[in-house]
Amino acid sequence: MRRLISVLLENEPGSLSRVVGLFSQRGYNIDSLSVAPTEDETLSRLTLTTRGNDHKIEQITKQLNKLIDVVKVIDLSEDTHIERELMLLKVRASGAARAEIKRCVDIFRGQIVDVGPVTYVVQISGESAKLDAFIEALGDATILEVVRTGVCGLMRGEKSLKI
Amino acid sequence: MELLSGGDILIRALSDAKVKHLWGYPGGAALHIYDAIFRQDKLNHILMRHEQAAVHAADAYARATGEVGAALVTSGPGATNAITGIATAYMDSIPLVVISAQVPQEKIGEDAFQEIDMMGICRPTVKHSYMVKRPEDIAETIAKAFYIASTGRPGPVVVDVPKDVTDPNNKVAYKFPEKVKLRSYQPTTRGHSGQIKRAVNLLMSAKRPVIYSGGGVVLGNASEQLIALARQLNYPVTNTLMGLGAFPGTDRQFIGMLGMHGTFEANTAMHHADVILAVGARFDDRVTNATDRFCPSAKIIHIDVDPSSIAKTVRVDIPIVGPCDVVLADMLEQIESAQLPTDGPAIGEWWQQIDEWRERHGIYTASRYTPSTGDNIKPQDVIKTLHKVTKGDAFVASDVGQHQMFAAQYYLFDKPRRWINSGGLGTMGFGLPAAMGAQMAHPDATVVCVTGEGSIQMCIQELAACTQHQLPVKIIILNNQALGMVKQWQDMQYGSRYSHVLYEDSLPDFVKLAEAYGHVGMKVDHYDELESRMEECFALKDRVVIMDISVDHHEHVYPMHVAPGSMRDMWLSKTERT
Ligand SMILES: Cc1ncc(C[n+]2csc(CCOP(=O)(O)OP(=O)(O)O)c2C)c(N)n1
Ligand SMILES: [Mg+2]
Repeated sequence: MRRLISVLLENEPGSLSRVVGLFSQRGYNIDSLSVAPTEDETLSRLTLTTRGNDHKIEQITKQLNKLIDVVKVIDLSEDTHIERELMLLKVRASGAARAEIKRCVDIFRGQIVDVGPVTYVVQISGESAKLDAFIEALGDATILEVVRTGVCGLMRGEKSLKI
Repeated sequence: MELLSGGDILIRALSDAKVKHLWGYPGGAALHIYDAIFRQDKLNHILMRHEQAAVHAADAYARATGEVGAALVTSGPGATNAITGIATAYMDSIPLVVISAQVPQEKIGEDAFQEIDMMGICRPTVKHSYMVKRPEDIAETIAKAFYIASTGRPGPVVVDVPKDVTDPNNKVAYKFPEKVKLRSYQPTTRGHSGQIKRAVNLLMSAKRPVIYSGGGVVLGNASEQLIALARQLNYPVTNTLMGLGAFPGTDRQFIGMLGMHGTFEANTAMHHADVILAVGARFDDRVTNATDRFCPSAKIIHIDVDPSSIAKTVRVDIPIVGPCDVVLADMLEQIESAQLPTDGPAIGEWWQQIDEWRERHGIYTASRYTPSTGDNIKPQDVIKTLHKVTKGDAFVASDVGQHQMFAAQYYLFDKPRRWINSGGLGTMGFGLPAAMGAQMAHPDATVVCVTGEGSIQMCIQELAACTQHQLPVKIIILNNQALGMVKQWQDMQYGSRYSHVLYEDSLPDFVKLAEAYGHVGMKVDHYDELESRMEECFALKDRVVIMDISVDHHEHVYPMHVAPGSMRDMWLSKTERT
């Protein structure tokens, strides 16, 4: 099962490598990873998606908590939450395809952020599944490049991951 | 405020962290630090002959005392040599601080001479690690390192110190922090009272209970509480390899070690148990055999200070996160104050059953191997003789192999911290430096290294450091002319095809070797002289003695789990299985 885990991490040199190292060392998967400092510059917030049964996820959470630099860990997928991913996508856009792609972008509420003579750069955000669906919807169009930020997320309501 | 250089600060901070002995080996990047050591006399530095051994000795010092061990190595090869030692400590959760020197910061990343990414290379083998970037940060980092190493589930911490940070010309104010606080690290100090209550209720209702206690009881200084609880309940106790001595080996309630080479009665009792109280143990694969067949009818209570140990390999019914001593004391308190009774008749029957198992196949009720005769000395008899001659009161450090298992089975440890072995990593070469660490901790005690002719050659160079630092350890080589444990597996699983476990007449003359280092060597190949020669050996109080004892080449360690299988599936001898 896919899980979204959020980690509050001391913003120390090497702290990210401890988290990433833990996953490879213990044979856990990381499907996506995003990390950046928070409003408190001594802390980073890291969000990762992984897969595993309850036992595996329990171990992952415990092992993460055991890292000295980890301040807090939550499994966002345990509760109602909001998750977003941003994608930039360069696509060949010429001839009839140009209008077709534009329509598709509108339907997915994306934006065309760069227009070249034969290319578009599209920006689109949402849940990962929506991003996947957009790529699917482009059909025959020639995708030149895709870059995705990885997922980030927050819990709904008043609950928050804070120290 | 006093102004000191980084090198001086480092050494002062180690002293202020209560380090008495620092095990190490110098080199270029560590020169400023070594100069600081030279100019003081509080901290005793012990020059070893290899960084691996320096770390093992510091580790064993910690095991023998409960204090934090400390080692110092130079950058590059010094740091890489230390890794085996650090990993050994990590796997057994030993409190240890290792200082590694590093090339100057402006050179980091340039593949400078003797540069190695120590932070990266040690990462999977440490509880935590730091690189110090400014002399102002040294004292606080050292204080944090010792705090982390020694609290919660203990473990090794590496502090990497670039050379420029210890520059003698850069002096800054020194202050050792009185207290350390880390917002991201707060080890549990008490067990959950509701869980403890549930555990006590389950425990009192048990009809076939077993207390399964591990290295955490030794590390957590909970032996006293374990003994009190076990006595109050009159339940059988088994110890893991790492837990030996936490419950007295000669006690009636002790049913032996459990696991791969555990006793018949311990493994069988575990299999049939209805309630297991696991304390400071981690259900590792050398204990459980196949986890899906592990103790099918047992409800399991698991006490551990590290939540990630709980339900890692085996499902647990009542988890209790907390220090073993505090939780056990709380449990005992509840039982005593409410005067809760155990199921007397059921426990009586359980003991009858266990005694019957002991009589049937127990290694303490009768000899389960053909006895020694003439020039065929049995390794088991060497350990029994060692126990007799040292009155069961020695510190026994061990290497890895058959000799280790024989020592674990036959030297009945009555006190914690007496049995010092590499259980988790299984590091050959640990024994001799470990014995040195224990001897430094207890200068007047009898310290033995039980080893094989294979393992001893992995850190043999430390015989020189024994001379230099007057560490009169006694080295008992169970010489079976082979990498015996590997050979045993080749016998059992590979049709006795002895691939690279024999030395073809290349073994050194250990007597001459001992003498070359200025020590005493003895060769024993007759059983009749074993005890008298051993008496002689231990009478030489201030000498290092190597006893090269020829033992049966063909002996196997039994019982041995049949794998994959359940706890009760064991080979009892070469021909007999359960
Ligand atoms: C550093 C290291 N290398 C290899 C092994 C694998 N190993 C385990 S026991 C053993 C044989 C040990 O031989 P010896 O010290 O003579 O002990 P014996 O089993 O003969 O008593 C070996 C090679 C190990 N545990 N550690
Ligand atoms: Mg051998």
